[in-house]
Amino acid sequence: MYNFTYHRASGLRQATNMLGKFADAKLLAGGQTLLPTMKQRLASPADIIDLNKIEGMSGIELKGRNLVIGAMARHADVASSPVVRHAIPALAALAHMIGDPAVRHRGTIGGSIANNDPNADYPAACLGLAATIVTTKRKIVADEFFKGLFETALAPDEIITKVSFPVPKKAAYQKFRNPASRFALVGVFVTRRPSEVRVAVTGAGASGVFRVPAFEAALKKRFSPKSLEGLTIPADGLAGDIHGSAEYRAHLVGVLARRAVADAG
Amino acid sequence: MPAVSLTVNGKAVKATVEPRTLLVQLLREQLRLTGTHVGCDTSQCGCCVVHVDGKAIKSCTMLALQAEGAEVLTIEGLATADKLHPMQEAFRENHGLQCGFCTPGMIMTAVDMVHRLGHELDERTIREELEGNICRCTGYHNIVKSIAAGAKAMSGAPPHQAAE
Repeated sequence: MYNFTYHRASGLRQATNMLGKFADAKLLAGGQTLLPTMKQRLASPADIIDLNKIEGMSGIELKGRNLVIGAMARHADVASSPVVRHAIPALAALAHMIGDPAVRHRGTIGGSIANNDPNADYPAACLGLAATIVTTKRKIVADEFFKGLFETALAPDEIITKVSFPVPKKAAYQKFRNPASRFALVGVFVTRRPSEVRVAVTGAGASGVFRVPAFEAALKKRFSPKSLEGLTIPADGLAGDIHGSAEYRAHLVGVLARRAVADAG
Repeated sequence: MPAVSLTVNGKAVKATVEPRTLLVQLLREQLRLTGTHVGCDTSQCGCCVVHVDGKAIKSCTMLALQAEGAEVLTIEGLATADKLHPMQEAFRENHGLQCGFCTPGMIMTAVDMVHRLGHELDERTIREELEGNICRCTGYHNIVKSIAAGAKAMSGAPPHQAAE
């Protein structure tokens, strides 16, 4: 890892000022992606701004019909939170499937979303649950937030503070895990909301997380795995690599979507 | 170089480190606590697992400076003067190791597992919880046995006897 200057931010305003001041800075949340990336010299920021000592960024609470999770909440906290398990059990289950126990003790929801890895789990939950990402500047709906591979709508000096998830009627996440990396080869998050059905897919898209309107329309008519029988998605525009071809991933999307609907009940 | 103050195995420690120094490097190279190992250095293998503020983490994937003010527990901090920790004893009794390289991480993960999930751990739970710890010798069978026995022993119950 190349050396850098380390800054420990004590508040969000200070962290924002630092982002404005240093041209080549990176925020450090859980560090479970950033630090390995820096070791591989795929990233070599001149300045690291550590968010871990900022108070009040990891709360988890139910506010009316929304589950609000602080950006620095660790995956282990989300997975074991009685509030999350009661309000959106599928989200707690998803957090429990990330990495391994030690990684879950460090990794954060905000870090995962800001990184927008095309194989990460949380982007599927945000898009599938119609979450709103709250930042130091504004509120961004999930449909507008994820912009492509490792790309988001975040401005260079903007920091995620929390994520707000409307509590759905039903939701489930099904993940076909890469056994080595523990990332999703494909993951499908299905949600039944009062006004709509959402099907969000991670791991498969050549430009990151996406929704499947054809599946959503079929499920809106009748929320049952049977509604998806015979429906497929084209392999065009999907990712293919040594772990699985685009055709294989397209097949998995259908299988996992049906399983998720069955699981959501 | 920046300074960091933390508690390691109950003792207050001060050190100056480069910003890029990893927690595991501080432990091994400066504090000479070489029980914590570096296997893969890519947060896969779990040989470097230590507890920070009571939670198991991979010390190859945390900066030393991030441990400012933290309580760190390493494998060296488990045993008392002449008595092994019940989990260490269980690994010895159940032959939970061969070469021993992964063992410190396995034991730190196992103790964390007991803290979170209690003293009655079934095989499936243990195997699932071990997904971040890789052993290339044992095939895990005796590690799983060791952890189940160690978990019980940590509650003060009579220790599980090895099969042979």
